[in-house]
Amino acid sequence: MKTLITLTVNGDAHELYVDARRTLLDVLRNELGLMGAHRGCDSGDCGACTVIADGQPVTSCMMLAADWNGAEILTVEGVAQDGQLHPIQRALVEKGGIQCGFCTPGFVMNIKALLDENPHPTEAEARAWLAGNLCRCTGYAKIVEAVMSVAEGTS
Amino acid sequence: MNSFDHFTPATLNEALSILSERNGNAAVIAGGTDLLLRMKNHILKPAAVLNVKRIPELRALSFDSNEGLRLGALTTLRDLTRSPLIRDLYPVLASAAGLMASEQIRSLATLGGNLCNASPSADLAPPLIALDAVACLVSLSGERQIPLAEFFTGPGRSVLQKGELLKEIIVPPPQGKTAYLKHSPRAFMDIAIVGAAVRIQQQGGKCQQARIVLGAVAPTPLRVRSVEESLEGQTFTDESIRQAAKISAEACSPISDVRSAAWYRKRMVEVLVRRGLQAVAL
Ligand SMILES: Cc1cc2nc3c(=O)[nH]c(=O)nc-3n(C[C@H](O)[C@H](O)[C@H](O)COP(=O)(O)OP(=O)(O)OC[C@H]3O[C@@H](n4cnc5c(N)ncnc54)[C@H](O)[C@@H]3O)c2cc1C
Repeated sequence: MKTLITLTVNGDAHELYVDARRTLLDVLRNELGLMGAHRGCDSGDCGACTVIADGQPVTSCMMLAADWNGAEILTVEGVAQDGQLHPIQRALVEKGGIQCGFCTPGFVMNIKALLDENPHPTEAEARAWLAGNLCRCTGYAKIVEAVMSVAEGTS
Repeated sequence: MNSFDHFTPATLNEALSILSERNGNAAVIAGGTDLLLRMKNHILKPAAVLNVKRIPELRALSFDSNEGLRLGALTTLRDLTRSPLIRDLYPVLASAAGLMASEQIRSLATLGGNLCNASPSADLAPPLIALDAVACLVSLSGERQIPLAEFFTGPGRSVLQKGELLKEIIVPPPQGKTAYLKHSPRAFMDIAIVGAAVRIQQQGGKCQQARIVLGAVAPTPLRVRSVEESLEGQTFTDESIRQAAKISAEACSPISDVRSAAWYRKRMVEVLVRRGLQAVAL
C-alpha cells in the first residue's frame, strides 16, 4: 500500500508516495538521495541513522515514513551553512573524532540535539547522551573532546 | 517486512472501529521501537498497521491532587524524563525512563508501547506497579480499568483484548518514597537482567505501606506480597531490610538466558531490594 506524505527535509518540502513498509531512513536515502544517514544495525542500537525529527534526535531506521507525515526532518546534509562546516563538524575534524566516518553523521546529529538543548554539558552528560551512537574506530575519547570543545567555544 | 495496509486515524473512535473491523489482524504502532523490530525479523506479519500517534485522547499528562496523575499511552520516555510535573511529584518515573535505551529511542518509545509489549524486563512496569498505577483500557464497548499489577499475563501477553487500546495510566497521588534500581551488564543501552522497584510509606517510625516489585525475574513483573506484608507495621532496621531482600530473592523464579544465569539474577534481586529499601526506608 502506498500513502501520500509530506516531509520537510532540511527546509525543503517534499510530497512523496511511499510504500507503507519504508522507513524514514529508506525514504531519505532512496527517494531523496540523501545518503548522510547510514544504515548500520537497522535495529535502533547503533545510531548511525540518527536524524533530528521535530527537534528531537531519533533513529530513522526505527520509524515508518508514513507515520511521520508532516514532520520536519534535519539530516547531516542540512547542518553546514553557506559551504562552511558546522562547528560540530569542524571540531570532529580538528580533534580527530573521526576515522572511517561511518558513524560520523549520526554523531553530528545527536551532538547537535544535545548542544541545542544543553549548550554546556558536563563530560558525563555528553557521554550519557551519546550512549546511543556506536563508533568502532575512535574509542570515543576524541569525539567527547570535540563535543567539549564546541561547548567551550560558545561560552 | 511483508506488505500491509496503513492507517492513521485522527480520532479514538475511528481507531477503535478499524481495530474491531480488522479483528485482531491490525498491529497498533506507537513509537514502533518494539513492533518494527519484530516486523523486520518476520516474527510479526500484520495485515494492517494502525498508527495511533494522532489520537488526542491518548496524550494526557495532567495531575490532580485527588485523582493523581493521568499519563496518556503516547507519553514518550523523553516526556517522562523532561516533564517538570513528573520530575517533581514522581521522580522515580523520570529516573526509570532515563535508564532506558538511548536519547534517540527515548524520543520515539512510548509508555503505552513499553507496557503493551509486555516484556518481563519492561523498565516502566515495576515502578508503576509500585505506585499502584491503574491501566485504563478502551474499546468500542466502553472503558474499563484494571490495576497494572494484574495487566500482565505472560511474556508478551497482557489482558488487552482484540479491539482494545491502552488509553492511559492513572497513578494515585504520591505516597511515601519510591525507588527503581536496574541492573544490566552495560551502564547504558541495555535491557535489565533484574529490575526492582520499592515504595515505602512510613508514619511514626513504622512502615504503613510497602511495595516490592521485581522485573525480568518471572514471566511477568512480580509483586512480592509476602515481603510487603511482613514489613507493614514494623520498624525498619538493617537486619529487617537484609531479611526482606533475602526473602524477595527466594520468591522469584528467574530463567537462565543469554543475558544472565538464573542464580545470578536471584543474587542481584537480593542486592537491589536491599539497596532500594536502604535508600527509601532508612
Ligand atoms: C535500542 C533499543 C533499546 C531499548 N532499551 C529498552 C530498555 O532499556 N528498557 C525497556 O524496557 N525497553 C527497551 N526497549 C524496548 C522499547 O523501546 C520500549 O519497550 C518502548 O517503550 C516501546 O514503546 P513503543 O512506543 O516504541 O512501542 P511500539 O513498538 O509502538 O509497540 C509495542 C507493542 O505495544 C502495542 N501498543 C503500543 N501502544 C499501544 C496502545 N496504546 N494500546 C494497545 N497496544 C499498544 C503495539 O501493538 C506493540 O505490540 C529498547 C528498544 C530498542 C530498539
